Amino acid sequence: MAQCLCLRSLLTPCGTRSLGMHLRIQSCLDGTKIYKWQHRQVGTCPTLCTDSKSPAASKVTVHFINQDGVRNSVTATEGESLLDVVVNKNLDISGFGACEGTLACSTCHLIFEEDIHERLDPVMDEEVDMLDLAYGLTKTSRLGCQIVVQPWMEGMTVHVPKGIKDQRELAGSKKTQ
Amino acid sequence: FHLFFTCLRVRSFSSPPASPTKVCVVGGGPAGFYTAQSLLKGSPHIQVDIYERLPVPFGLVRFGVAPDHPEVKNVINTFTQTAQHKRCHFLGNVHVGKDITIQELMQAYHAVVLSYGAEGNRTMGVSGEGLPGVYSAKDFVGWYNGLPCNKELQPDLSHETAVILGQGNVALDVARILLSPLDLLKKTDITQNALETLAASKVQRVLMVGRRGPLQVACTIKELREMVNMPYTAPDMLPADFQHVAQALADLPRPRKRLTELIMKTLNEDHRGRQGVKRWGFRFFRSPLEVLPSADGSRASGIRLAVNKLEGVGDAVTAVPTSEVDEIACGMIISSIGYKSLPIDPAVPFDFKRAIVPNNMGRVEETTGLYCSGWVKRGPTGVIATTMNDSFDTARTILQDLESGAINVSVSRPGSSEVVPLLEKRGVRTVSFADWEKINAEETKQGTAVGKPREKLLDVREMLAVAWT
Repeated sequence: MAQCLCLRSLLTPCGTRSLGMHLRIQSCLDGTKIYKWQHRQVGTCPTLCTDSKSPAASKVTVHFINQDGVRNSVTATEGESLLDVVVNKNLDISGFGACEGTLACSTCHLIFEEDIHERLDPVMDEEVDMLDLAYGLTKTSRLGCQIVVQPWMEGMTVHVPKGIKDQRELAGSKKTQ
Repeated sequence: FHLFFTCLRVRSFSSPPASPTKVCVVGGGPAGFYTAQSLLKGSPHIQVDIYERLPVPFGLVRFGVAPDHPEVKNVINTFTQTAQHKRCHFLGNVHVGKDITIQELMQAYHAVVLSYGAEGNRTMGVSGEGLPGVYSAKDFVGWYNGLPCNKELQPDLSHETAVILGQGNVALDVARILLSPLDLLKKTDITQNALETLAASKVQRVLMVGRRGPLQVACTIKELREMVNMPYTAPDMLPADFQHVAQALADLPRPRKRLTELIMKTLNEDHRGRQGVKRWGFRFFRSPLEVLPSADGSRASGIRLAVNKLEGVGDAVTAVPTSEVDEIACGMIISSIGYKSLPIDPAVPFDFKRAIVPNNMGRVEETTGLYCSGWVKRGPTGVIATTMNDSFDTARTILQDLESGAINVSVSRPGSSEVVPLLEKRGVRTVSFADWEKINAEETKQGTAVGKPREKLLDVREMLAVAWT
């Protein structure tokens, strides 16, 4: 992932972020953290960092098991986040992705198979901060907005947890930031 | 474009109603919009009218979420889609309970949903609370977010220390806005008025006081991390408040453990020598006893606090005052101890003890056809996603009642075609969503001129003038 564009200046802890942007955090091979803001473009698949030398983005089959246990198999595009996939493929998951991929909620919480989970990019503090508030958190949980579809994920199954809630309701904190 | 409306689930009724089912939602904030969204999705026969007292929609998303958290406001995109749905209408500038009664609405609609939130606040109940220099967090937040009724607040930021009662995310928002570098704030949609006042602020230290200990702190880690990472500031904690915390860490669930570890990290950093930094911190085991007046009695100059000890175990641990007291000298006191719903209409039952509308799964007690969602239903806690889930629950209840016949849709109801003329007769003209979009465009235009996402209009008359051009 070392070819990622470094857009570190876009994010400061109390910095401004514009509406319509979503956030990806990746770690480069040299250990630096990259915060990348991308415009949400309606109907298109925003790509993350793809090597300019790589071939056209591949198609990857992903199976979603929704809250009722029903399976939806979709063809995702390499470089999309799983939140993008849910939106672009019109998967009917109530309340999914409320903050539109900006790490301000935990409603895109997804549960992965163990072997897939191990291979995912390491989770950053900012994602864990929100994951910690997710309802029905498991050891193989991640936020869909932070997981970018890669060819090696071909055929993976992700589960939508039963309740999309945020633990801050239980923590007794008053309202949103 | 949003996923909800590309996959409308059509519910099959045994026989479709003779005319549209008309639902009225009172309150144009997250609860109102999410309830409407879910109803529209749940049946092709439902029309929803959302009534809002202000000319502008979105409630606390506009007036509560901190200016430096614009990503939280992304839900406005979903709400905008809902408002623009062909079976949905937004009617702003209508004060339900004053311009029109709940009974009149219930006659005009098949169902009425109360989603009007919590506009009051809990008081500390101590003497001196009314002194100049004491504010509720609700008003302070409303002030920097441009809520028209708070625009004259003129908080006095001329003293070095500010004390906030409460340690939830709202308290952290207030602390962060008080201590944020101007360079960051001036690019947000904070009001110009607040920006100028903060530019002249002499506040150097903000202490957030809580009645229990570090293990019970109510804020969450993202908000705390923002304070820890705030440039030009240093934490100001009392190590004595943290006895026994280190030993408890190992047994804590991960979220509480990480939060506690982050607070403890601030203890281990040595900031004593640093000059020119502003300070923020927690003070634990303290409850307000009295706001102390200045020598001439003209304003608050400090707060007297009872020192508490904890009794009980686990989450049920409570704070019990000892005979010890403490005092903090300060020029500003902000109580961030909770919002509170108020009754809207004598015809609607209200539980004054819990400050909510009594209900069973969203069905208002003793009143067929009346429902509630959001803070007025469950109490004023939780984030937008909490309200979203709650609103979906209420919508599900309403859809069930429609299907079971508990709501009688065989009689057609006039909806806004009766309400709007009635309002006009009373001198009330409504603001449509398209009218709001003119206000939106004007605010965005004014904001762009000064490098901000928007410059909010602060005056209702100004909003109406723009809306009705």
